[in-house]
Amino acid sequence: MARFLLKRLLNMIPLIIGITFLSFLVMSLAPGNFLSNLKLNPAISPQVIRQMEAQFGLDQPLLVRYAKWLWQLLHLNLGISMSYRVNVASLIASRAFNTMVLAATSMVFAWAVAIPIGMVVAIRQNSIWDRVLSFLAFFGMSVPNFFLAFLMMYLALRSGWFPVGGTFSVYYQSLDEWGRIADRINHLILPAFVLGVAGMASLMRLMRSQILEIKNSEFVRTARAKGLPERVVIYKHVLRNALNPFVTLAGYGLADLLGGAALVEAVMNLQGLGLLLLDAVRSLDIYLVMGSVLMGTVLLLLGNLLADIALVMVDPRVDFSSLSAD
Amino acid sequence: MPASHATMPDNHAAALAPATRAPRVRALLDGLGREWRRASWVVRLSVSCLLVFYFMAAASPFVAPYDPIRQYRELPDCPPMSLHLAPPAQWAHGFFYAYPMRMSDAAARIFTPDRTRKTYLRFFHHGHLFTTESPGEPYFIMGSDGLGRDLFSRIVYGARVSMCVGLIGVLISFSLGITVGAFSGYVGGLTDNLIMRWSEIEMSLPSFYFLLALAAVIPAGVSPVMTFFVIVAIMSFISWAGFARIIRGMAASVRSRPYVEAARALGASRARVIFLHVIPSVLGYAIVAATLSIPGFILGESALSLLGLGIQEPAASWGNLLAQAQDVQNLARYPWILIPGVFIFLTVMAFNFLGDHLRDRLDPGNLG
Repeated sequence: MARFLLKRLLNMIPLIIGITFLSFLVMSLAPGNFLSNLKLNPAISPQVIRQMEAQFGLDQPLLVRYAKWLWQLLHLNLGISMSYRVNVASLIASRAFNTMVLAATSMVFAWAVAIPIGMVVAIRQNSIWDRVLSFLAFFGMSVPNFFLAFLMMYLALRSGWFPVGGTFSVYYQSLDEWGRIADRINHLILPAFVLGVAGMASLMRLMRSQILEIKNSEFVRTARAKGLPERVVIYKHVLRNALNPFVTLAGYGLADLLGGAALVEAVMNLQGLGLLLLDAVRSLDIYLVMGSVLMGTVLLLLGNLLADIALVMVDPRVDFSSLSAD
Repeated sequence: MPASHATMPDNHAAALAPATRAPRVRALLDGLGREWRRASWVVRLSVSCLLVFYFMAAASPFVAPYDPIRQYRELPDCPPMSLHLAPPAQWAHGFFYAYPMRMSDAAARIFTPDRTRKTYLRFFHHGHLFTTESPGEPYFIMGSDGLGRDLFSRIVYGARVSMCVGLIGVLISFSLGITVGAFSGYVGGLTDNLIMRWSEIEMSLPSFYFLLALAAVIPAGVSPVMTFFVIVAIMSFISWAGFARIIRGMAASVRSRPYVEAARALGASRARVIFLHVIPSVLGYAIVAATLSIPGFILGESALSLLGLGIQEPAASWGNLLAQAQDVQNLARYPWILIPGVFIFLTVMAFNFLGDHLRDRLDPGNLG
């Protein structure tokens, strides 16, 4: 276990360096920089611009800047955002919480709905429920999340049941502790639903095909032949085995969730990592972009690692040596 | 499957000879007809839907009733107009007519139909599929946008971007993925190792974040066509690696199959083995995966354009047409601006149904 962890963590270092360098390269390829807009402003003197250029290191060659950024990263310093004028790390930390809550909620929602439905549908294969729900799953998989977000916002506008976008209400500050939590949850329902629908549909289909495959396997027949009650066969034998790929998916699905969350955040105006990054990209706030990309990468790699560890714990047929073989 | 690919080189040459081309075309058409008959109605509907959209893209000036950038200044945010069937006596003018809209409240943008006059709809008129008698008095089947442009015409022109982005993107990323993956898996060793490390970097990218960062690099003054190609290139660059890895795994397992060894024993060159034996054996999987990855490209372009980082106004794409809906006021008052989203949804769903069907037909194993 320790060896496996060490190897995987060491493996991450070249990955992170490669990805951050690529992002750095891309951002410096962009025409102009954060200061180009300020230069057009006659109220800002050229001296101030030059001073800022030196402060943010924009006057140095690319490799030097990257090396400095990397060196600062080793000291856990992600630099200063040019537009917000605060520490990138604290800015990201404040936003990442919202994104993580959104992603986690939508994931729990998707799983809680998809797994029981997938199970029922597979056990009653070819029934009318199976057909209708499998068809609906295609709908869910195909509806673009930004489009669904617009539809839900329209629904919220028309019905008034839910707040239209935003992370919390304008009167948030005046609420008491419980009121704040309730307000946040109220704002979370629609985005979590929007983000969860696609995952829900594909999980349902996967669950269905898993159970169908296992339902006909020999150990299930043995269990039935032993005279075990149907309930035990389904829950202990079929379901237990069908859940294995889901453990892996939980970690790998994180990447999709992060990307999807970014888009939903932008459309529904939620204060999360995605919206932060979008603003940073638009204003070429390079250190903020780098910080967000780094954050996204680390979350993704950790998700994959956790998924592998969880798989070993759940499935006795998989051990760490077989995982690190590739 | 392997047996068919183990054919001798001269058989390939004979099959490709021009003399036998006509029967091959007929055989292909027969095959397609058979496939059509065995497909379910859902798949047929999906394919028809895609064909209609591709026709829209290919023949935009014909299908679109108006110029997509012409602004009807007196008709901004006009709702979809209702169409009336003309009584038979007036069929000489046209079968359908609409009442011209007039803005009754400029501040609230409320339109009322002028029932004293009729605008007749003409089919195959002035080189359009359908349009009104005079282009100055438009019929907005799906309403108009904030500048008074016909939304349907913009959707038709936007189909060019959205329908092509998938095809071209898949073409680039898959030819790259197949070639690199098959080469890497077949050759093995250090080359394989290096290529796989590089693909790991690409796969660990938080792709949407990276896509945003890359899209910001596109300079502002670039033409829409150029922007389109840059976006396609960016998305292909992000997506080819995952595919190459799967193909590599399959190629590595194909390498030791008897028919590949036989080809090698007969003195076939490395390129010949890769292109004539390794790649055909993974093609079934590749076609399925390609079809299923087209929606990703379409959605990626739409998302970028929606956020203002992709195709820029006045050029239309299904994504940037939706950008107007980001303003809650617009969404509340002019809900028809969401119609482009329906087109994206239908396209994605059609490709999903088609891909699922192709998987059943071409790739019955557990490869996908």
